[in-house]
Amino acid sequence: MTAAGDRLGPTLFERSRPGRGGGKVPHPPKDVLARIPAGLLRTEGPRLPEVSEPELTRHYVNLSQLNYAVDTGFYPLGSCTMKYNPKIDEWAARLHGFAALHPLAPDELSQGTLQLLWELEGALAEIGGMKAVTLQPAAGAQGELTGILMVRAYHRSRGDTGRTEVLVPDSAHGTNPATASMAGFTTVNIPSASDGGVDVDAFRAALGPSTAAVMITNPSTLGLFESRLCELLEAIHEAGALAYMDGANLNAIMGRFKPGEAGFDVMHINVHKTFSTPHGGGGPGAGPVGVGEKLLPFLPSPRVLREPDGRFRLETVGERPTSIGRVRAFVGNTGVLVRAYAYIRVHGGSGLCEVSEDAVLAANYLKARLSEILDVPFSRPCMHEFVASSATLKAETGIRTLDVAKRLIDYGFHPPTIYFPLTVEEALLIEPTETEPLETLDAFVEALRCIVAEAHSDPDLLHEAPHSSPVRRLDETKAARQPNLRWKAMTGVQTPCPD
Amino acid sequence: MVPQDLRYTKDHEWVRVEGDMATVGITEYAAEQLGDIVFVELPELGRTVTQFAAVGVIESVKAVSDLFAPVGGEVVESNLELSTSPELLNSDPFGKGWMLRIRLAAGATVDGLLDAAAYEALTAEG
Amino acid sequence: MAYGPHTAEDRARMLGAIGVATVDDLFADIPTSLRASGLDLPKPEPESDLTARLEALAGRNRVDLVSFLGAGAYRHFTPPVVDQLLLRGEFYTAYTPYQPEISQGTLQTIYEYQSLMAELTGLDVVSASHYDGATATAEATLMSCRATRRERVLVSRGVHPHYRETICTYFGGASLVAEEIPLVPEGPAAGTTDLAALERMLADPERPVGGVVAANPSFFGLLEPMAEIGRLAHAAGALFVSVVEPVSLAVLATPGSYEADIAAGDGQPLGIPLAYGGPYLGILACREALVRQIPGRLVGMTTDVDGKRAFVMTLRAREQDIRREKAASNICTNQALCALAAGIYLAAMGPHGLRDVATLGAARAAELESALAAAGAPRLHPGPYLNEFAVRVPGAAAIHGRLLDHGILAGLPLVRAVPDDPALTDALLVCATEVTTSEEIAAFAAALGAELAGAAR
Repeated sequence: MTAAGDRLGPTLFERSRPGRGGGKVPHPPKDVLARIPAGLLRTEGPRLPEVSEPELTRHYVNLSQLNYAVDTGFYPLGSCTMKYNPKIDEWAARLHGFAALHPLAPDELSQGTLQLLWELEGALAEIGGMKAVTLQPAAGAQGELTGILMVRAYHRSRGDTGRTEVLVPDSAHGTNPATASMAGFTTVNIPSASDGGVDVDAFRAALGPSTAAVMITNPSTLGLFESRLCELLEAIHEAGALAYMDGANLNAIMGRFKPGEAGFDVMHINVHKTFSTPHGGGGPGAGPVGVGEKLLPFLPSPRVLREPDGRFRLETVGERPTSIGRVRAFVGNTGVLVRAYAYIRVHGGSGLCEVSEDAVLAANYLKARLSEILDVPFSRPCMHEFVASSATLKAETGIRTLDVAKRLIDYGFHPPTIYFPLTVEEALLIEPTETEPLETLDAFVEALRCIVAEAHSDPDLLHEAPHSSPVRRLDETKAARQPNLRWKAMTGVQTPCPD
Repeated sequence: MVPQDLRYTKDHEWVRVEGDMATVGITEYAAEQLGDIVFVELPELGRTVTQFAAVGVIESVKAVSDLFAPVGGEVVESNLELSTSPELLNSDPFGKGWMLRIRLAAGATVDGLLDAAAYEALTAEG
Repeated sequence: MAYGPHTAEDRARMLGAIGVATVDDLFADIPTSLRASGLDLPKPEPESDLTARLEALAGRNRVDLVSFLGAGAYRHFTPPVVDQLLLRGEFYTAYTPYQPEISQGTLQTIYEYQSLMAELTGLDVVSASHYDGATATAEATLMSCRATRRERVLVSRGVHPHYRETICTYFGGASLVAEEIPLVPEGPAAGTTDLAALERMLADPERPVGGVVAANPSFFGLLEPMAEIGRLAHAAGALFVSVVEPVSLAVLATPGSYEADIAAGDGQPLGIPLAYGGPYLGILACREALVRQIPGRLVGMTTDVDGKRAFVMTLRAREQDIRREKAASNICTNQALCALAAGIYLAAMGPHGLRDVATLGAARAAELESALAAAGAPRLHPGPYLNEFAVRVPGAAAIHGRLLDHGILAGLPLVRAVPDDPALTDALLVCATEVTTSEEIAAFAAALGAELAGAAR
């Protein structure tokens, strides 16, 4: 963080002064709104801040400098795949032809984008080993909902209304059970086996005529490939249920494992993970969903179709009545999808395979080096991420994973994912990705080595960390007990709008 | 040491019975596990609750827990102070942090619940 | 490899530290029967080739036409400062602010976005963003059912058809029922929500209603009797959900002022490109009493251990990672960067600028109305509108197609959006904004007039 970055600034509302800013559009003529009954109009203008462009520029630039980001440093966040965001992706999304196209433009005006979307669907279908892909969902969680709604439609279409349950391992990301509930199913949580994998026998016991689907993350949220996957998929299908794969960890397996070919009926992909679209401080991403034969009829509409003459079009209203319908207003987070397309084309098939290899290599390297410093519960080779634990450290020094994480900030690193998955005590889920140089990985190891030593010699240093960040540990209790979710008072009097 | 005159559930509720009225709360152990409590959702007055059913929600900064009724009956009072001062569950869980009063249903009993010693043994296991 | 830093030496070093001979050894856990052998995808495309090809691909989109198309996504001027600031890597490559100490940039800007939208909507609680207007509206209906513990929702046909379809898809998962409130067929209130029908639909004691949803302006551009709809909803114990367009809120009565409980809409008009449908910005706002029902992230103000003001994600226990199967919604990733864009846009335009944008659009729309009426295409409905309205055009779909050849995108043939209403077969939905020019209006009117005259012969 630079010295400038240490300054916390005022809010826009505190910077506001009457008469500043604006002037971006001409003044309208008078009395335009006289044709609208006064009762339908606002009685006072919105109290928005008045700031000049120089001020607003400094406001946002200074704020940006308070942020950690992939462009500033390493994020070893397990399950997030914080890889480098290539700049060509930003350039591509901003091409005028892509950015200015209205979502309801007639197909004949949209051939470039329709072709891109169609090709992207094909690429993701190949990567996932699926028959077809929908690009509509705006995020992984929305992809999950789309997938599970299609499962619901599938069972209903066969007259099977008794399937009310979705089975989920207890190591699953919270979105999985939340999705099942949103789709009207009861979640049945299945405990993990001692080696971290899915307990196939427990699943078998729970599988039955009430099971609509089983949601599996593979590799698991522990970074391990489900080695008993064949058995599990067989059991799922024998029970008449469908197999859903949470594709959050796809970065580990491109070219080595294709979920659809293995027997998964449906999967979602997080393009803001595996396909490097930027996280944007929390979004936007996109969650395309791939399906096999069984769910093909139920894909959201409208699909992108290619005519025999090579032109592209959207399905028309009512063209495919089996569809579950729309899951959003328009066809997808297209601007995000352009970025994913560019990423996939730069890498090509061989490049994506190398991405997964390097991701797995880097994770195993880090795991090997860190097993001297922290507990690593599962010693077999991991995939693109691994779980470490500070359980022993806690027993010896009282220092918890939270303290280790906060102290890492002082060493210039974003903490890994902590306290997830829920099945490992004092967990740190670490995923280096394939775009971090060895020097960075080694520096991260050294930082943890120092922190573990500090835990023994000076635990308060960790309990009170971070020390060097723009703000230190926050009073989250106050934030929740007395929520202040909006600025209440504008300083100064606002000038009346010129008529 | 937990109050000796109360009964406890495996889900860390306590209950005090006086005549046909039961006062219910959560234990200090539960409050510590949850961390700083920020919000409590209690059932509406007059609601009939069955023993061990989930009747409310206790929310902390980083966790959420269901409140289970230790006995069956009718909810006749809830501690309104908790809506402005949920922190009472952390500071005084056995006293000012009481949560509900339930009029026991006919035949309802706390006999099946843990006594103080059994509850302490449970929490000692960690 | 394209962006990876590892050399052969690096890889050898890593393998050595791990203690395996080749990287294949690290994939041994994949059962042999399940192993894939590579990806059948095009070869890697160097950036120099890809940029040329992408330019050509983008060039195949026709974005040069004079456009009067709105219908849920709007052409506006975005001050260049918005995109310049959005390109700062510290904003767009940042992760979700789960570690607030090093995410104050993201957190403060989201708090400011929440505050700006609270001011625009007149409702105090605004989520940090939802996916888009349709999903925000769907979640609003789910909220209204949760809060009232009722299972029936009434949605006006004045709400965007794609939003109504999305509600139906979401309701497919819940055991909830969504019914449509019809529109007034004729008279001065034609095309707006039928209040008498709404009152009848609310009156069934066996099937109490949890939420009533109406849009202002409606999909047809009409201004709706929101206060009256709200009164009817509340009298029946239902919540009132208002679907809004954010630029219009600079001049129109706010959801807060007409006592809506929840507001939903799309923030795309606030500095976010059309981009063929996304990423957009789901606006979701509610009264304070409903704060624990609202899905999505919330940023709150607090202090740190040194007493410094700071921002943090709060009321987290509502969210999926904590509540899991009991979460109100499964939303995790949202549209944060789009919310940032909206905040910058609002800061750059200022309150007067935003009012000017809304007012200029209204002025151009009035000009458009006159020009089209003179050309033989009068408005379909008599009631007040802001900057979007439907016009009567016999053979609308065919004429729309022919106008494309004249370089004019004549709005939306309503038969495409609402095929089940015969009254809309011969209608176009058109809009004007601050970027519409008088020359464009004249060109449209002239071309349309020629088409109508030609057809009349």
